[in-house]
Amino acid sequence: MSASRRPLPGWVEVGLLPLANIAMAFFLVGLIVAIIGVDPFHALKLLVLGAVGSSESIGYTLYYATNFIFTGLAVAVAFHAGLFNIGGEGQAYIGGLGCGLAVLALDRYLPGPLMVPLAILASAAFGAAWAAIPAWMQAWRGSHIVITTIMFNFVASALMVYLMVNVLIAPGSMTPQSRGFAASASVPSMQAALQWIGIAVAPSALNLSLLLALLACAGIWIFLWHTPWGYGLRTMGQNPEAALYAGTNLKRTTMLAMCLSGALAGGVAVNELLGVHHRLVLDFAAGYGFTGIAVALMGRGHPLGIVLAALLFGALQQGGAELNFEIPTITREMVVVIQGLVILFSGALVHLPRPWLQALFARKG
Amino acid sequence: MQELTADAAIELRGIEKSFGSVHAVRGASLRVERGSITGIVGENGAGKSTLMSILYGLHRADAGEILIDGKPVEMASPRDAIDHGIGMVHQHFMLIDSFTVLENLILGAEGGALLAGGLAAARAELGRLAGEYGLAVDPDARVGDLSVGEQQRVEILKVLLRGARILILDEPSAVLTPQETDRLLQILRLLRDRGVTVVLITHKLREILAVTDKVIVMRRGEVVAERRTAETRADELAALMVGRKVRFDLDKGPSRQGETMLAARHLSLVDGRGIRLLDDISLEVRAGEIVGIAGVSGNGQTELLQVLSGIRPPTGGEMEVCRRKVDAAHPADPAEMRALGVAHVPEDRLRQGLVPDFLASETSILGYQDREPFCHNYLMDGPAVGKYCADLMERFDVRPRTPGLRSANFSGGNQQKLILAREMARNPKVLLVGQPTRGVDIGAIEFIRRELIRSRDAGCAVLVVSVELEEILSLADRILVMFGGRIVGEVAAGEADERALGLMMAGARAA
Amino acid sequence: MEETLTLVVATLAATLRVATPLVLCAMGGLFSEKSGIIDVGLEGKMLMAAFFAAATASLTGSAWAGVGAAILAAEMFALLHGFACITHRGNQVVSGIAINILAMGLTVVLGTAWFGRGGQTPPLAGMERLNPIFFPVAGDNILVYVALLSVPFAWWVIERTRFGLRLRAVGEVPLAVDAAGISVSWLRYRAVLICGLFAGLAGAYLSIAQNAGFSRDMTAGQGFIALAAIIFGRWRPVPAFAACLAFGLLDAIAIRLQGVKLPGIGEVPVQLIQALPYLLTLFLLAGFIGRTVAPKAAGVPYEKEH
Repeated sequence: MSASRRPLPGWVEVGLLPLANIAMAFFLVGLIVAIIGVDPFHALKLLVLGAVGSSESIGYTLYYATNFIFTGLAVAVAFHAGLFNIGGEGQAYIGGLGCGLAVLALDRYLPGPLMVPLAILASAAFGAAWAAIPAWMQAWRGSHIVITTIMFNFVASALMVYLMVNVLIAPGSMTPQSRGFAASASVPSMQAALQWIGIAVAPSALNLSLLLALLACAGIWIFLWHTPWGYGLRTMGQNPEAALYAGTNLKRTTMLAMCLSGALAGGVAVNELLGVHHRLVLDFAAGYGFTGIAVALMGRGHPLGIVLAALLFGALQQGGAELNFEIPTITREMVVVIQGLVILFSGALVHLPRPWLQALFARKG
Repeated sequence: MQELTADAAIELRGIEKSFGSVHAVRGASLRVERGSITGIVGENGAGKSTLMSILYGLHRADAGEILIDGKPVEMASPRDAIDHGIGMVHQHFMLIDSFTVLENLILGAEGGALLAGGLAAARAELGRLAGEYGLAVDPDARVGDLSVGEQQRVEILKVLLRGARILILDEPSAVLTPQETDRLLQILRLLRDRGVTVVLITHKLREILAVTDKVIVMRRGEVVAERRTAETRADELAALMVGRKVRFDLDKGPSRQGETMLAARHLSLVDGRGIRLLDDISLEVRAGEIVGIAGVSGNGQTELLQVLSGIRPPTGGEMEVCRRKVDAAHPADPAEMRALGVAHVPEDRLRQGLVPDFLASETSILGYQDREPFCHNYLMDGPAVGKYCADLMERFDVRPRTPGLRSANFSGGNQQKLILAREMARNPKVLLVGQPTRGVDIGAIEFIRRELIRSRDAGCAVLVVSVELEEILSLADRILVMFGGRIVGEVAAGEADERALGLMMAGARAA
Repeated sequence: MEETLTLVVATLAATLRVATPLVLCAMGGLFSEKSGIIDVGLEGKMLMAAFFAAATASLTGSAWAGVGAAILAAEMFALLHGFACITHRGNQVVSGIAINILAMGLTVVLGTAWFGRGGQTPPLAGMERLNPIFFPVAGDNILVYVALLSVPFAWWVIERTRFGLRLRAVGEVPLAVDAAGISVSWLRYRAVLICGLFAGLAGAYLSIAQNAGFSRDMTAGQGFIALAAIIFGRWRPVPAFAACLAFGLLDAIAIRLQGVKLPGIGEVPVQLIQALPYLLTLFLLAGFIGRTVAPKAAGVPYEKEH
């Protein structure tokens, strides 16, 4: 923070500035939609309807949001430690490998109440392990974590393709996917769970992983703001010298932050594999890792903000699909454009509206 | 009032400069004669460097006039200064390690879009200068491979190649060995003899007496004296520099000393480049006494505090901290040091002592976050931390008394009181304090000093490092003086006299 | 014997074809990174350029108009990067990532809206493409030669010109450049623009020279491989060029080795060879193959003190 960046009133800093950033991103999106030749307000209406117009679409919105909460939290935890983890994509992917290996090995022997937690743990452990290598390289060898995590994404992708095509492919299958998981190894769908307590909703991909994601939010909130380790981690991210002064071991904290981040990214595998696909498939994590960056930036690293941002991106993802159905000239990739713009304005250009807000809220003294 | 015998290369009239509330330069006027070496001396914060930065166009004066060769000029940027024939050698070199000497020399004055011509011209010019001033450097060596003394020569050459007739050097010997310093002084004499005007900013009186024609003494932003070097002596300059120190009457009783809580024996610290930052430091601090470390900043005090607090392990020697031995083979990190009973108020509170974005309540437990009552069963107790912070604020008069306010939003004095409160509240056995009142308002200064004495009287072993001599004089029971990474003198508080201390601080005399 | 020779020549030609966009990208990235601006957005710039090259070539029927559009598109993103990182001192990595994602989305969105082929541009033929000059089989179009010439050019500019000297200086100690009275921002903007120019050419190569049209995500990580080549070349043009060739060779071999059982080793997984550039770079970064020496000020926004 430089001297030229004078402080703004608190509510402007946490409320108005982020909104101004996002408003600029969405203004540009509207402009692009208009250039394509579609009335942006009409498109917006279709998008909102598509995202929350029916219980099925709400289900899908929440299902996407589940993935975004996991990857958003993953990016945020690392961010709080001053580390930029771009490897969420690969960590989620390898988390899926852990999940798949655990289930494929044990689903015939273990009952659901044992199998599912074990599979979840395996996802987290593999995700954490994949993040631990770049963390180690950063802490002990000084390699730039941004570059290493990017490389690890590609390595993860190559590794998974190899394993799926050559090793884990179901016998006789033409597409590279594993055999189906046993029924015991699945996270129940939200529809089934709600029916059980007497509420009827339309079937969708939404499953109980959402609860796990919300639990992770609460857990991360407690960890970051209510444990000494979270305290040390945040100190390191804000001011490494102060962390050193306070006796925080920077290397260990780097490992901790990245492993936690990787484990959270592994949550995507739980939602996708145990909740939806019920088998190990290729590319199930595609794009979620990068959306996590947008979600974390937009949510300002706070679990509550991340939930809100994840809901927004979930709605965009689902509504975008519906919009594409109605207006074929607007593809689902419009959501990717929005992600890019959000990362740009909430991340790299975060201080762009500051001078205007400062002029608006100029404080004396 | 000014002598007008020789014509002035530089004349400054009534220069004023404030940074926020700090009045750094107050109506400073001075003349530097052409073809002379003029020294500017003063303590830390006397305004020497600021004044020269104004002359070099790095800062703009709030008021006043700059005359070069008798003509008023505007110094908006270093470019202007360079155009007026002024060159500056900064304390931190502006060199590019991966470049060769020649590449460094021509940067910014390449003499054309292609380098070949400029490089050849610079090589020829370098040969000439090397012969004329004894500034020999291998033109094709990588600057990163050169010694510090050679790097400084490159800086000087850079300035001369741009045709400077006025050379300003800011604390040029701070990074040099004594031999390299002698070499530098020789070069400066040669430069003067060839008509170059040299301004030497330093706090080392030995150099001033050895090489200058005239000395200008600054204190608290003002030019307080001007002397012909031939007509003055070290003790007069030291007295002028230090001034008459007002000793705050702190009602300090005699100290009741207990056993030694902190001892250092032959401590040394050598950095990765082989530079000796601490050299054979031995000291003792007993329970119930305040030991003050005086010295101009950059003489190893920062590193001493880092080693004593566990932030950096020593490379040689050993310490005994609350009866535990610590050395290179058995280091103790800051957390272990705290557990032993060592508290540390760091020199630089914004970079080390607090996290600007943290709440005051979070800052109030930095380093103690895993202790009772802030943390039980691995969970931190927010209300307990808030209450503790409110308590500290009450006891140490931190304003506003808002534990939920961001640490950055407190004034410097209140931040410092909060840090002091944090470190003193747990009754440490050893208290290390760096620059206790730097950037703190007058009201808080007295409060902080009284608290340090109260801590002493409660039986704590206190070590205070300060560049404010007056602070050391009013707080310490025993004073050690650091110079060049060594302890060069020890004086009991009762016998201390400013002049002797000033001489030691300036490296002119060992006690 | 003749068969072996044909194989070698064919492999070398394939290497050059694959390496061309890497070389162009790496030389561009080199300028940016030398000036202290990290560019993880090479991939996005190249993708944008590839799309606009194919779209323009298809609409105008002129490959040269395509090249111009590619450069323009890449420069727009380069300017955006500069605006965020130099003018607003934003996080360079975040800006680069934003550019990558933006390009990934925008190319498909615009492509679908304009051509309605699921993000692809119509196939190009004849004058809409940059065609081989001497050897039709080898695919030696003009951009291959531009890529080959870009290496000595980059070396000459960086090592032998005033601009190059200042560029190297500003990536190491921007304060020294500022103190010498040279504008840090203007230097860095120029570096970023040169980077955009090369990334534009690389993108054009992909869609209107190597291939006959744009397809979604057609860069497929080549921007990152170029980044890896820069790291491997320790931020110097000729070694970076060598790294690009090596990575290109790996790719060419990977295609040949598909399904081939090597005596004693068995079948080498194609994926392993594809991942090799990344794995090697990781080993390099971990310090197992000597030290890397990134420009000291890379990634650090320059702030004037006052």
